[in-house]
Formats: sequence, structure tokens, C-alpha cells
Amino acid sequence: MMGTAESDVIKIQEEFKTEALTPGQLMRMRFVRHKMAVFGLIMLVILILYSFGGAFIFTEAEANFTNTKLRLNPPSAENPFGTDTVGRDILIRTIYGGQISLLIGLAAVVVEVVLGVLIGAIAGYYGGWIDGLLMRFTEAMFNIPQLFLLLVMAKFFGGSVPDINLFGRQFSGSVVVIIVIIGLTSWMYLARIVRANFLSLKEREFVLAAHTTGTSNFSIIFQHILPNSIAPIIVSGTLSVANAILSEAYISFLGLGVKPPTATWGNMLEGAYNYVETAPWLWIFPGLLIVLTVLSINFVGDGLRDAVDPHALVDAG
Amino acid sequence: METILKIENLEVKFHTLGGVVNAVNGISYSVEAGKTLGIVGESGCGKSVSMLSVMRLIPNPPGEITGGRILFKGQNLLEVSEEKMEHIRGAEIGMVFQDPMTSLNPVLTIGRQIGEAMMVHNGFSREQAEKRTIELLNLVGIANPDQRIKEYPHQFSGGMRQRVGIAMALACEPDILIADEPTTALDVTIQAQIVELTKRLQAELGMAVIWITHDLGVIADLADRMIVMYAGYIVEEADVFDLYEKPSHPYTLSLLRSLPRVDSSRGGGERLATIPGFPPDGVTIMLGCPFAPRCNFVVDRCRLENPPLIMVNNDHKAACWVDVNTGKERSL
Repeated sequence: MMGTAESDVIKIQEEFKTEALTPGQLMRMRFVRHKMAVFGLIMLVILILYSFGGAFIFTEAEANFTNTKLRLNPPSAENPFGTDTVGRDILIRTIYGGQISLLIGLAAVVVEVVLGVLIGAIAGYYGGWIDGLLMRFTEAMFNIPQLFLLLVMAKFFGGSVPDINLFGRQFSGSVVVIIVIIGLTSWMYLARIVRANFLSLKEREFVLAAHTTGTSNFSIIFQHILPNSIAPIIVSGTLSVANAILSEAYISFLGLGVKPPTATWGNMLEGAYNYVETAPWLWIFPGLLIVLTVLSINFVGDGLRDAVDPHALVDAG
Repeated sequence: METILKIENLEVKFHTLGGVVNAVNGISYSVEAGKTLGIVGESGCGKSVSMLSVMRLIPNPPGEITGGRILFKGQNLLEVSEEKMEHIRGAEIGMVFQDPMTSLNPVLTIGRQIGEAMMVHNGFSREQAEKRTIELLNLVGIANPDQRIKEYPHQFSGGMRQRVGIAMALACEPDILIADEPTTALDVTIQAQIVELTKRLQAELGMAVIWITHDLGVIADLADRMIVMYAGYIVEEADVFDLYEKPSHPYTLSLLRSLPRVDSSRGGGERLATIPGFPPDGVTIMLGCPFAPRCNFVVDRCRLENPPLIMVNNDHKAACWVDVNTGKERSL
């Protein structure tokens, strides 16, 4: 340091610095390079606009309005998607059904992520017998086929929750039941991912460094380690939304899901299977929407997986 | 002089599948307030493990502190509750790690990481912690601290990160700063800066420093007192000048001989001395002195009995059956 104070040297050097790309910028660049993911994202935005924007044009009363004179009408100018077995307009029902289906998908994943992260994080961080106990429980849950568990739980808890009024709207209590049981039957995969992540992260030196500053275990788990494993959680959570929507469709199709008159894409299919050939519009439109949503979410999930992987390079091309 | 940390007969073992590893075998030393203690030795000699024991952060299992006492301000740290220990870590004893690339959390901002200890221990609000963090970053020589607290570790260079690491350890003005090879991962110019910084901070804040290193060149400038460790034992303990002038253990002597010197009397072209072999693994129980197989001064007794740490000179201790100055066996 010849004459110049160190801090001055640093100050001078700071002025010539090129700003490095932030991890966020790199992530966005990697995501955008994934064409299908961008397509999926656009598709999803359209589907959300369709379900939630459509509610400003049609009321829920219209969605549930039955007119037996109009039953099983094919698509026409008046009913663009046709009408169902009791004469309800399918277009409006897919709009309101979409809201419930998407809501179930997202809410079930919230339940799943909370459970999966809690169990995985505690098992991975503490290890020992706590890990053993929690992981054996996870494996036990894995070994019961999810569909079977879904059906049994839906049968068992169905109708045990009264209808709820939210935002001035009436929701069937079965929506909550479905959300909870989908969440309860799907957290295991995520718990394993989080546990594996914690197992490796807890050995890192910054965790030891956090310990030496007197940070509590709780804060180390949730504020120091968890943000480091957020990437796989987001990816897995995104893909789970698609699975939750499909699960809801299964059980509703089998008549154990959300109870009419509340529409979901799944329970719209329920009434359709007697008319597979005679009135295909009953299943084509809700079916198409389910397929599009699930596909789009999967594309977005794939894109995210690449985007959050720091080893995937962004080349200039 | 006030003794702030006193370690008595500390023993640490690791229970592994290959057997019990005796990492630290009954070491005793003390640290005085405001002074610097240097601990040197090869990798695997128990330097870091003994420091982690002070913090009570030995991973258990497999590690276990099997004996001894660690007296911090007269209180045995091995007996205090976990809550009390959480307070002592950070608030009263700070620690700086070897590799600043891995000891900072990559997803938290610098400000958040430095501020955390103050929020935990001093009950600071976010704003207070931020204000103090800016002061600390100024203190450790980081320019534009009010900008940089919002940045992440990857936006800092290695030397800068180590400064952040030091700021983190100093956040609550601890009485002891433990530095576990803080310069090993840095290049030489940065090493010198960190050493200078530590000296300056010690003069300003008056804390005791325990500096672990395997670089005798770095520590000479910094330490008041030195400890040389080998295979979990203290083999020599002396004032820093004494140790470099009159090393009294063959291991210290060999370490000093293997240092490159500018004023070498050996002339150009001569090879640097090395110590053949490597330290014992800690699993094998050795009857005699653990350094005996690599020692130039070895006598029969070395292979049979492990020498105790004895006073060889005024305030200068060594554990050797042989007086290295004369080459003759001590009459003990």
C-alpha cells in the first residue's frame, strides 16, 4: 500500500466494476430459453384469465341455472359449448369449474408443501431416531396407493364439512375436504427431496458459522437452510399443482369429489360418461381444459427445473 | 494478567466405524484477555477440534468430549445449558472460518448475516442492526458499506468475504475471537491484509484472539504466545520469541526448518527441509511419543513412553525426552 489508503484504492476500483448478472437474471434467461416453458406459462395465464376473468361476464347463478327444456343441446350460438344433462350452460360451468379446479390445485399444494417441508426438514436436520421415525412413516404412506387412499378418505370425510361462504359465494364443503386429502396424500415425495437437501446442506460450513453466532436451531432450519433448498421445492411444488388437479378430476369423476352444484372440471366429467358418443361436448371441453392446464404446468415445471439449476449454463447463442 | 479462557485436560474422541479416534488427548492451556494465542500444527492434529469443543459444536455423534474442563471467565462451558451456550456463541466468543467461500450463506444478504447475531443477542431491531452492520463493515475496511449490505456473498471477492466473516464474528464484540486458519484459503497479499486487520481490530476492541494456522510465517507477526500441537497433544508451548529463537521440540524445529527463508544461510539451490511421513491416524494406540517415527532425535525411551509436557526453560514448555539443543537425553 504505497501512500494510498486501502479503502481509497477499493473505491477507485469499484468505479470500474462491471455489474455481474444476479442469480435472478440468470434464472430468467435460462427459463426464457426454454420455448415450451414459455408456451406453458402463456397458456396458464390465458387459462387463469379464462376462469377468473369469465366470472365478470357471467354470474355463478347462471352457471348453476338449470333448464330442462335445454338439456343436452349441442354447441350453438347461444350455448357455445353446448348444455349438460340438466340444461346448464357448459361454457359458464367450465369458467366456474376452472376456478375451483385451479384453487384446489394450488391450495392442495400449499398443504403438501407445508407438510413435506416440515417433515423433510426436521428429519434431515436432526437425523438419528427422529429421521428414522419420520422416514419410515413417509415410506408407509408411499406404500398405500394414492388413489385408493384418496377414495377412502373422500368417502370417509366427504360431507363432514358444512358449506362455506367466502367472498359472498357459496362453496361446497367438499372443496375443503378434497384440498386437505389431496395435500395429505401427496407430501411424501417432497419430504424426501427436502430431507435429502437438508442432509447435505446441514454439513456446509455456513451452518456451522451460523451456530457459532448463537443462532437457534429453528432459525437455522427455516432461515438459513430452507432458502438454500427453495429451488427444488418450487419445481416439485409446481409439478404437484398439475397432479393435484388430476387427482381432483379422478375423485370427482368417480363421484366422491366436489359435490354439485359447485362445478369443477372433474365433476363435469362425471355426468358425461354415459354420453361419451351421443353428447361428446359434455366431456370434450372440460377434458380439454384439464389436459391443457396439466400440460402447461408440466412445461413450466420443466422450464423452472432447468432455470433454477445453477449448473445449467446460459451460452451466448 | 487476567485469564479469560482456561482449558484443562481436554479430551475429545470420535467414535467411528474404524475405531475410536483420539482427536485431542488431554490438552491444557490458557488465554489471557487481549492477547493472541497462536496454535500451529499439521492438518489433523486436533487444532480445529479443540476450538470447536470450546464452542461446544463438536458433532455428537460421532464426536464426544470425554474429559476435562473449559473455563470461560471461570465458568465450565461443558456444564452450562444449551441456551446459555447459544448466548456465549457469538455474543462472547466469535469464530472466523477457514474458507470464506463456504462459510457465508449464499442465499442471504451480507447485512442479514452480520446483523443476525445482534438481533439475537443484543435485542436490536432490524434498523439498529443495519446501522451497526454498516459501522462494522467500515471497521473491517469494506468500501460503500451501505450499498454492500444488500449484496450477496457471490458479489464479494475472497478477501472481502473473509472481512465479512470477521465482521460477523465481531458483531457482538466478543471477548475472544477464534480464527480457524482464516488466511489459508487466501492468496498471500490478502493474507497480509487480514493479519493487519486483525491486529488493528484487536488493538481497537481489546479482545483475545486464538489464531489457528499451519503457517508459522503468518503467526509470527501476530501471536503473543504459541502452542504447537501434534497428534492431539501439545508438544510445545512458549512465548512467540522464545519459540522461534529456541525451539525445544523436534517437531517445532522441523516445522521451522521447512519454512522458506529470505535470509537463508544455506545458499541458493538448496532444497527446503521436509518432515518425512505423516501424523498418526489417532486410532492406533501408540505406546511412546507420537512423533517418534518421524523424529531425528529419537532415543529408545521415545518408543516406550510418551513424554509429558515439562517446563524446559523460563515459561517455556516442551514434551520431549531429548534436549534438542544438546541432543542429549533429559534426565527426568
